[in-house]
Amino acid sequence: MTEAWAAVLAVGAGTAVLKAVGPVGVSGRSLPDRASALLELLAPAILAALVVVESFGSGRSLVPDARLAGVGVGIVAVALRAPFWLVVVVGGAATALVRLLS
Amino acid sequence: MRRGARIGASLFPAAAALGASFGVLARTAHLDAAAAIVMSATTFAGSAQVAAVSVLGAGGGIAAAVIAALLLNARYAPIGISIAQSFRGSVLKRLAQSQLVVDESWALAGGGTPRFDKRVFLGVGMVLWVGWVGGTAVGALLGQAIGDPSAFGLDGAFAALFIALLATQLRGDRRIIAAVGGAAIAALLIPFTAPGVPIIAATVAVLAGWSRTG
Repeated sequence: MTEAWAAVLAVGAGTAVLKAVGPVGVSGRSLPDRASALLELLAPAILAALVVVESFGSGRSLVPDARLAGVGVGIVAVALRAPFWLVVVVGGAATALVRLLS
Repeated sequence: MRRGARIGASLFPAAAALGASFGVLARTAHLDAAAAIVMSATTFAGSAQVAAVSVLGAGGGIAAAVIAALLLNARYAPIGISIAQSFRGSVLKRLAQSQLVVDESWALAGGGTPRFDKRVFLGVGMVLWVGWVGGTAVGALLGQAIGDPSAFGLDGAFAALFIALLATQLRGDRRIIAAVGGAAIAALLIPFTAPGVPIIAATVAVLAGWSRTG
C-alpha cells in the first residue's frame, strides 16, 4: 500500500459518505421552506467561489496569469450562448495561446 | 433520464477533457494509472481530486491531501440534503444513485429548487461519470507523452467551465447576491486559509441573499 493508494481510498470513502448523507440519511422527508430557500442559493455561491479559485488562486496567493485569457474568452462564449464543451475548448485554447506567447 | 443523458452529452467532451487532464496531473504526482482511474470512479469530483494529487505531488502528505479533498467535497452534504426527498427505494439503491452527485448533475437538474428532476440528474450524472473515468484512463496512460498539462491551458479551461455553470444559476437578485458574496469571500480568504476552505466559507454568502427575502 503506497501513500498514493492510501490517499485515493480515504478520499473515495470520505466522499462517498458526504454524497450519501442526504439521499440515504434524509430520504422521504422534505426540508422546511426556509431551509430550501437557503439551499437554493448554495449553487451560485459555491460556483462563484470556484470561478475565483480556478481563475486567480495559486496555493495561498491570488495570481493573475494566462488563465485570465481563458476566463475572458469563456465569459464571451457564455454570453454568446455557446455549448459547454465549446466554452471549455476556447477557454483552454486562449489560456494555452497566451501562455505560449508570453 | 434520456433528456438528462442528452443534456449531459453536451458536457461529455468537457468531462472527458478534464478527466484526461486529471489523469495527466495524477501521473506527475506519482499516482499510477490504476490509482488515478480508481480515484475518478469512486470520488468522481474534479476539483477535489486535482487538489488531492497536487498536495501529494508537492509532498504535502496523505493527511493534508485527504483533508483538502474532503473540505472541497463537504459541499456535497448540503447538496445531497437539498435533493434527498427525490430519492426512494432501498438503502443500496439510494447509496449508488447518490454517488452521481456532482456540481453539474445537481445544477443542471434544478437542484435545490422545486423543479428538481431526478431523471435528468441520473442521466447527466451517468454520462459525466463515463466521460470523467474514460478521460482519466486516457490521460493517465498517455500522460507521460502529453507532457506539461498547463501548456494545453487546461487550468484556464477549468475556470471557463465553472463560469458556464455559474451562468446557468444567475436568475434573480438573491442568486446574484449569493454569487457575488461567494466570490468575494473566496477572494478574501485564499491568502489566509488552506486550499478548499475558501470554497466552504463561501457558503456563508447564502445568508446575505436569504436575508433580503425578509
